[in-house]
Amino acid sequence: MKSPSYSINNLRELEAESIHIIREVAAEFENPVMLYSIGKDSSVMVRLAEKAFYPGKVPFPLMHIDSKWKFGEMIDFREEYTKDNGWNLIVHYNKEGFESGIGPYTHGSKVHTDVMKTQALLAGLEKYKFDAAFGGARRDEEKSRAKERIYSFRDKFHQWDPKNQRPELWNIFNAKVHKGESIRVFPISNWTELDIWQYIRLEKIPIVPLYYAKMRPIVEVDGSLILVDDDRMPKELRDKAKMKMVRFRTLGCYPLTGAIESEADTIEKIVEEMMTVTVSERTTRVIDFDQEASMEQKKREGYF
Amino acid sequence: MDIKEFLDQDQKKDLLRLLSAGSVDDGKSTLIGRLLFDSKKLYEDQLVALKRDSKREGHAGGDIDYALLLDGLKAEREQGITIDVAYRYFSTAKRKFIIADTPGHEQYTRNMVTGASTANLAIILIDARKGVITQTRRHTFLVSLLGIKHVVLAVNKMDLMDYSQEVYDNICRDYREFVTPLAIPDVRFFPISALKGDNVVDLSDNMPWYHGKSVLEFLESVHITSDRNFTDLRYPVQYVVRPGLDYRGFAGEVASGIIRKGDEIMVLPSRKTSKVKEIITYDGNPDYAFPPQSVTITLEDEIDVSRGDMLVHPNNLPKMERHFEAMLVWMDEEPMKQGTQFFIKHTSQSTKARIDLVRHLVDINTLEKKDPSNFGLNEIGRVVITTVKPLYFDAYKKNRQTGSFIFIDPVTHNTVAVGMIIDKLSSDELPSRIVDVDKEKIANGVGLISKSEFENSYQQKGSTIWITGLHGSGKNELAYTLQRSLFDMGAKVMLLDGKSVRFGLSRELDFSPTDRAEHMRRVAHLCKLMNDQGVLVICSFLSPDESIRDQVKEIIGIENFSLIYMDADIDFCRKNDQYSIYAKADEGKLKYLPGVDMDYHVPKQASLVLDSIEKEINLEKALFYIAENKIYPM
Repeated sequence: MKSPSYSINNLRELEAESIHIIREVAAEFENPVMLYSIGKDSSVMVRLAEKAFYPGKVPFPLMHIDSKWKFGEMIDFREEYTKDNGWNLIVHYNKEGFESGIGPYTHGSKVHTDVMKTQALLAGLEKYKFDAAFGGARRDEEKSRAKERIYSFRDKFHQWDPKNQRPELWNIFNAKVHKGESIRVFPISNWTELDIWQYIRLEKIPIVPLYYAKMRPIVEVDGSLILVDDDRMPKELRDKAKMKMVRFRTLGCYPLTGAIESEADTIEKIVEEMMTVTVSERTTRVIDFDQEASMEQKKREGYF
Repeated sequence: MDIKEFLDQDQKKDLLRLLSAGSVDDGKSTLIGRLLFDSKKLYEDQLVALKRDSKREGHAGGDIDYALLLDGLKAEREQGITIDVAYRYFSTAKRKFIIADTPGHEQYTRNMVTGASTANLAIILIDARKGVITQTRRHTFLVSLLGIKHVVLAVNKMDLMDYSQEVYDNICRDYREFVTPLAIPDVRFFPISALKGDNVVDLSDNMPWYHGKSVLEFLESVHITSDRNFTDLRYPVQYVVRPGLDYRGFAGEVASGIIRKGDEIMVLPSRKTSKVKEIITYDGNPDYAFPPQSVTITLEDEIDVSRGDMLVHPNNLPKMERHFEAMLVWMDEEPMKQGTQFFIKHTSQSTKARIDLVRHLVDINTLEKKDPSNFGLNEIGRVVITTVKPLYFDAYKKNRQTGSFIFIDPVTHNTVAVGMIIDKLSSDELPSRIVDVDKEKIANGVGLISKSEFENSYQQKGSTIWITGLHGSGKNELAYTLQRSLFDMGAKVMLLDGKSVRFGLSRELDFSPTDRAEHMRRVAHLCKLMNDQGVLVICSFLSPDESIRDQVKEIIGIENFSLIYMDADIDFCRKNDQYSIYAKADEGKLKYLPGVDMDYHVPKQASLVLDSIEKEINLEKALFYIAENKIYPM
């Protein structure tokens, strides 16, 4: 007798694993939060949380760290999605940094990222005293993430010490922390980029339209294709803008996120392009090039 | 095939999690690099970055160094070794794969155990030039310990042995001999060269004598679904979903077995029964759920269920015990300390546990038993455990989900050990909570908790502070204030003085020299009993006789005995005499009072001499002495 009905396909297995992780966190931590970047990975994670507690409400809020330089379409999407799906959304930004006019054009990508992303994130976590924060990072994204735990331990200063991570076996997670310490939880650690796209397709998860190719005003800056998103972009750059058929593989601060020329305006075409194209995902984010092993460095400092 | 078909097909693939074990020298990283590379999962820019890295730090001359692909963290790249479990992902037309890549060095049992815990299959690499070596045995043992059912034995570097069938056959024979007793259900052999690509993805022309599959072909086809336990329903409740007042859904992952709508189930530990009303998911309500699905269950009856409870079929119960035996792997830099109460996490349940007995440790190189006294990092031991609340478990061999647990240190909160429950003896037959060694101790009246365990726990020395001096010299005042101060600092401290002991324990004794001696003997033994159980004792006794004080010291033990002498002249004492004892003695109404009708021997070797006149600072001096000699805190 065959029993095909008890076999599970890869996406459903990953889904079940992620839901298990999300529920564990909700059950064992006092005050968890889900960090929401508005990107496609976050969108999948958010859907998994909705599934985990269905038909109940998700018992923790979403927090978006707004660097104030995100693509306008991301903010529109954030407002609409969280409202439609009944999420408790916290938007946190570095008020001082914003008021003193910190931005990538005036201060460079390094200072901007540090002040408006890393510091803002840490201040946000501090402010609400969250003891667990979900993040949408995946192990296949980048070399330094291949060894990341699902429960990534952070000390009182939110720092990550690669030598001081707890062993993680089976699906039993250690949620014990002392006051002030916290855990970053990565429920979609085991998902690949293709899995994410497959799941978005299967589940019809809404994503920011920037992922789909469209004619957009683009300036070429040091080899990156930068979208003219608002008039904070220096005029001399804006003047060089040309309409191009482009899409984005990752989303972030618009001056730091390069587009790729593409015709892919459906998920299927995106996947097709992805399977044949030769540039891996994160390389369109300008910050990665700042220094060797820079992701790892940023992680130690507390930015993921 | 267009992209839609491709995606539809891709969705149907299943997922195989595999562990790769071996050292850099065995070519493990090269093999993984090739699996990833040849399955076309390496993007061009990763290759570009790789070529750049190879120039700077590579160990492989001008060629691409596959190992660099795999070593993620900067510090490790500098050391040239991988020191942690790294997870890699690749996919073929037939299946998706997650590789847990673990280093093979001796000190990294911890990592390999971690990687093995979630793996369906293990690839064990052998260098064809070296054959089955200690490391091979170690890896295989760990794989069997963690319950992996499929082993790929990859005999690598066949190119360096002229692709000799004889070499390969000999290695296979040696390995078979070793692996048979370990009872791994499925062991396969492959002659390969990871470097040249022979039999890794494609079958090689260099070994026409080999008629099996390539490694990748096997990985793509090995059947793993039936490795899951579909027999014994175990549904640990993870979270209670309460969207409305009347609705209670029990969210969890099906650990094993099948749960069907309408099934009669029993809730552990309450043993109340009910029926499954609905199996709920975001995507609709299926008629049944199976492992590893995460679902939500509602029941027909309103019964109390909370996180940590387990739903099972009433005719198929797990063991419900507070007492069981397990194989424990020590994961922490700090060795195991007997007597510690750990947190134990098992399925969705958490409670406290202690290790009653370490039966033996396993020498993972020879698989022989060894002395259990030093249970430290990377050691594996067979232990007997008692938990505070009962666990609902099965043997790990039968059920990975309900047979595994972790130990968390109560102070550091690190995951210090992980365990696999053994199905051997029923709880009654286990060395009971009172183990064999203990029976002997009990027979001899020796406590099951050693003095050092008490001392570690209390952070103090089980020690006696004996204060001697004439009546009225201020002994009691010092003793009482000293106890108060130590107690306030957190010490476990007891006070004995003439009044309290003579009230009951020495009630029939008077003040004659003979009775004084007996009185002191009793007090000394009492001190010793207390000290042996880690308690600090402060004694305030006139104790005028030097030879009796020496006897007291001998009974208590010289290393646990401190003598404080309250030095006061008799005039001071008489002034300080609140009960007019001296006056009574002068009048002859009271006999045997040192300083009147009996001698007081000034101690020749007091630990501390205090001048009674300096009342205010004597307490400070005594506390300083106690701290300086690490009596409290230790």
